[in-house]
Amino acid sequence: MAQGVDRDRVRRLMEQGAQIVDVLPAREYGEDHLPGAINLPLRKIETDAARVLDPSRPVVVYCADSA
Amino acid sequence: MGAGLPTEGTNTQIPRLVDVVKRDVPTCALGERLGDVRHRVVAAGWDACVVVSTDRVVLGLLRAEQLRADPEMPVDRVMRPGPSTYRPFVSVAEMGRIMSERDMASSPVTTSDGRLVGLVRRQDVDAEGSRAGSLR
Repeated sequence: MAQGVDRDRVRRLMEQGAQIVDVLPAREYGEDHLPGAINLPLRKIETDAARVLDPSRPVVVYCADSA
Repeated sequence: MGAGLPTEGTNTQIPRLVDVVKRDVPTCALGERLGDVRHRVVAAGWDACVVVSTDRVVLGLLRAEQLRADPEMPVDRVMRPGPSTYRPFVSVAEMGRIMSERDMASSPVTTSDGRLVGLVRRQDVDAEGSRAGSLR
């Protein structure tokens, strides 16, 4: 079940081995992303998520917010 | 990223708002008397003040024009409510274009949940843009 999390919770999840997923297009991911984030563009998430992500670990998904 | 924390990628070396934001900008609350706020702002060497809630969420902005209003008025009657805010990771170059297009003198910088980081001023954005340009 998806749920919103704040920054502190994200950090705790990362310490526990969570997978951080950046859903922006590859070009934008290449310019800027959170340390260690996996790039899984939104258009590919349904087809590639099962192959790329480990279902036994939490997944944190983020996109952009500039203004 | 919205909190201005370190990132990875090809853009990590470009100047961002986190590099030029003034974190010591004066703040005030909605119900304060404008005259009291103006006194505090001037004493601190500023001509702007960010109106925030008790948990530092940005509610409004007092620029020089608003600070000159009737000193007996409460802040919430004279402030510019709901100003546009920008995130710490926005590039200085992009902010320079935005401020130029919209003729903005300053703008609050906030985290993605609206909490104040500081105020970014046009002169600081322009100066950093020129400095970065001269290094290229």
